[in-house]
Amino acid sequence: MKTPEPKNEKPTVCGGGLKISVCLGSPCLASGAEGVLRALREAWGEKPIAVIGTGCMGPCSRGPMIRIERDGYPTAYYERMTPQAACTTVAAYLAGAAPEQGRLAPDFPFIALQTRVVLEQCGRIDPCDLNSARAAGGYRALAHAIGKMTPEQICCEIGASGLRGRGGGGYPTGTKWELVRAASGRRKYVVANGDEGDPGAFMDRTLMESDPHRLLEGMAIAGYAVGARDGFIFVRGEYPLAAQRLGAAIVDAGKAGLLGRNILGSGFSFRIRLRIGAGAFVCGEETALMASVMGRRGQPVIRPPYPAQRGLWGSSTLINNVETFGCIAPIIRNGAAWFRSVGTPGNSGTKVFSISGDVATEGVLEVPLGTPLRELLAMAGGVSGGSFKAAQTGGASGGCIPASHMDVPVDYESLKGLGTIMGSGGLIVMNDQRCMTDVARFFMHFCQDESCGKCAPCRTGTQQAARLLDRIAAGEATSDDISQLEQLCRFMRETSLCGLGMAAPTPVLSTLRWFREEYENHVRDRRCPAGVCAMEGTPCRD
Amino acid sequence: MNVHDSHRADDRHRALERVMQQHRLRPDSLIEILHAAQRQFGWLDRDVLGLIAARLRLPPSLVYGVASFYHAFRLEPPGRHRCTVCTGTSCHLKGGSRLLQQLEQHFGIACGATAPDGSLTLENVRCLGACGLAPLIVIDDEACPHASFGPVVERLTASLDGEDTSP
Ligand SMILES: Cc1cc2nc3c(=O)[nH]c(=O)nc-3n(C[C@H](O)[C@H](O)[C@H](O)COP(=O)(O)O)c2cc1C
Ligand code: SF4
Ligand code: FES
Ligand code: FES
Repeated sequence: MKTPEPKNEKPTVCGGGLKISVCLGSPCLASGAEGVLRALREAWGEKPIAVIGTGCMGPCSRGPMIRIERDGYPTAYYERMTPQAACTTVAAYLAGAAPEQGRLAPDFPFIALQTRVVLEQCGRIDPCDLNSARAAGGYRALAHAIGKMTPEQICCEIGASGLRGRGGGGYPTGTKWELVRAASGRRKYVVANGDEGDPGAFMDRTLMESDPHRLLEGMAIAGYAVGARDGFIFVRGEYPLAAQRLGAAIVDAGKAGLLGRNILGSGFSFRIRLRIGAGAFVCGEETALMASVMGRRGQPVIRPPYPAQRGLWGSSTLINNVETFGCIAPIIRNGAAWFRSVGTPGNSGTKVFSISGDVATEGVLEVPLGTPLRELLAMAGGVSGGSFKAAQTGGASGGCIPASHMDVPVDYESLKGLGTIMGSGGLIVMNDQRCMTDVARFFMHFCQDESCGKCAPCRTGTQQAARLLDRIAAGEATSDDISQLEQLCRFMRETSLCGLGMAAPTPVLSTLRWFREEYENHVRDRRCPAGVCAMEGTPCRD
Repeated sequence: MNVHDSHRADDRHRALERVMQQHRLRPDSLIEILHAAQRQFGWLDRDVLGLIAARLRLPPSLVYGVASFYHAFRLEPPGRHRCTVCTGTSCHLKGGSRLLQQLEQHFGIACGATAPDGSLTLENVRCLGACGLAPLIVIDDEACPHASFGPVVERLTASLDGEDTSP
């Protein structure tokens, strides 16, 4: 469809100053964003309206999302766009209106209440266009770091910022960088962990797809700071779009002299290569990840030695999570003190969460660390389909937070206190229709599937625990089975070789801690209170 | 194998060789090369694994060991159509696992297996990272957000039937 430009109006009023962004994150693409972009471009071409494709705008479950910016008007977001609806909306804008249909409220909390540091440019820039990233400040921090700072100063600044690893452990990033910087050896490596294997986590995918240059910039600064010339990005195999955009970004940055040999004429060289995962959750564990980068089976080895001491090909290696690297450029640009001023003492900066499950809006949220869980839920529009029952953090390695602790500030220590972990940022909200034993059983089966089989406590422990949970779900268990399950869990936690096996019991222990009576209902009364597990007397839903 | 097929096979081998050269036959690129081989051939048969082992100067047992370790590598030919059901956390909660069971029953194939006539492979994945669209299914690389049994079966049946018309 073609809507003619209205006559008798100055281009500054209509068309001129009208900028339309179409979200091309993979959730929006799966909902049909490409058709929306095509229709808008066909109708208006590049002029007088700018139509650009961007990365994720945040509220992915409401996609395809578009944003309309126009001089003198507030920025508007439109949800669930079809090609037809998008063209109609834009046509109305050209006629001077701002239609209500599909428009999110101006203060839509999911968008308005975010504090975007890592995701600053996600959904704003065109991830496939280096100029778009640079116009928004991309690579300025890199230029500053290699032009004006020494490697020691950078490590010091990162240390002073209080940044902690966003991959789950929360290890101080500055300390890790300093270890690698001080390590001897001619060759060193920088690795970005983009494996994001936790089911329900999609923060790193969002950053890699929406602002790939942010990751490259963070890695290059790290390379300069620790004395590495080579970097690898390990991207989860299920994320082809992230890999594609990163690959293109690496080529573009290389051509512009921002990566590769003699970056910005400084004499510093840094090359980044992509490694695509092949579908193994355990490869997110750093020693397994390194084995995989070197082309081997992704099986963990006992630490120490840590990667900082002996990593890729025996050399000192810096491994950080994708989001951790995403924090680097803003820290260099704005300073450590600024970063510390966001969040809480001991938990500086922001954290990106991917919120999904039973909430009104599912998608990607960035908030200061220490934000209460209740506030996160409110931003997502509250619980849908029932009342709040629990939120799972940390995926298969984490636990749940019950309604009685909804005010917990989401930071590393507070979550630990509740028997769960921050993890990488996946947040799954469950309403009262969900069965917690079913959730525990789900995660245990996941760990059983993903156990690499190297050590017996994890290999056979996950298998036995899964079988016990199956019995509970089928209404065939005895109370002995619950205590056996608890024993097994403690054993796995204490004797497994790597974090996968050590943390596999967490979902069970956590649901037992907060929802023990639900287990007892299954065992004693042979009843699933939520009606999820198929057993006598309950509707068969499984 | 007719002439047409053997040309295609040659092209694929050439493409694989190109990738191996790009990686300078480095053994540490094994996983990248397995990915490339699977892109070309759809799966990894013994001959291809043997060829890769020879070119990278690795023991065939090691190449097989790596290929069999990772879920992404297929050591058996896939069906002409593929249905991938997400059984990540959100998708599980919203019925993904149940949907998978129903599809297994309906088509009489277990998850991970291919129909005897080679028409359809049914498989699962633990989260595609688009949990807001749960339950999510991918049919022949096309995503079906908020999937439910009826429409998915309809769509699959249509693709399976449509096969007869295309050579
Ligand atoms: C089973 C397992 C899976 C993991 N998966 C990931 C992952 O997907 N992404 C990630 O960044 N870290 C993951 N980690 C943590 C990494 O081992 C490592 O601690 C992290 O990448 C370090 O980066 P950071 O200091 O920036 O957090 C995982 C650890 C374990 C034990
Ligand atoms: S704990 Fe599990 S995943 Fe880790 S090494 Fe042992 S078997 Fe492998
Ligand atoms: S992918 Fe479009 S809003 Fe997240
Ligand atoms: S759980 Fe299915 S996409 Fe994440």
